[in-house]
Amino acid sequence: MSALDVVCGVLVLAGSALALTAAIGVVRFPDTLSRMHAATKPQVLGLLLVLVGAAIRLRGNVDIGMIILTGMFTLITAPVVAQRVGQLAYREQNIRDDLLTIDEMRNPDR
Amino acid sequence: MTTVWIIAAVLLIAAATVAMFRLLAGPSTLDRLVALDTMVAVTMCAIGTWAAYSLDSTVTYSLAALALISFVGSVSVARFRVPDVDSPGNRGGRP
Repeated sequence: MSALDVVCGVLVLAGSALALTAAIGVVRFPDTLSRMHAATKPQVLGLLLVLVGAAIRLRGNVDIGMIILTGMFTLITAPVVAQRVGQLAYREQNIRDDLLTIDEMRNPDR
Repeated sequence: MTTVWIIAAVLLIAAATVAMFRLLAGPSTLDRLVALDTMVAVTMCAIGTWAAYSLDSTVTYSLAALALISFVGSVSVARFRVPDVDSPGNRGGRP
């Protein structure tokens, strides 16, 4: 067991723990926007941690390119989905107004 | 090292189970969509963990496929879904 394997184990454990905390947040948080906030953690950071861990463990393999591609694609597409879903949630008022500190879409021309 | 994989698997299975609750109980479609995204992310984490555990790199292609399908599915649902009946922002129109 080399030092790189230990690093890989730490990264995979951190990513898995982030996934669990995000799932708990998705269940526990009160409205859609808060749940999106919680769900973003495993989508980007947790997944990237696990992918880096897997890439370290699979070092020297040809298929590491696919892992890098997956990470880049996730980084690109996660904001798009979040923007669409957040816009829909705001438009349908699936949010709690008392939890918003500032609402910049209420008076868009100001 | 085996302990690390067991702990990671337990964490991921617990995450998928907990997210499944919101997928089943979510009051609106968007909540279910967010929960489904979370479950796909957890699945991708699990596949990455499996690749790291078994040193089997053939599953990395399914990682890319899952990323693509998750993105296309989420955007399609957000674009084409029918608004909920009991949503406060639904002012008449289609149910």
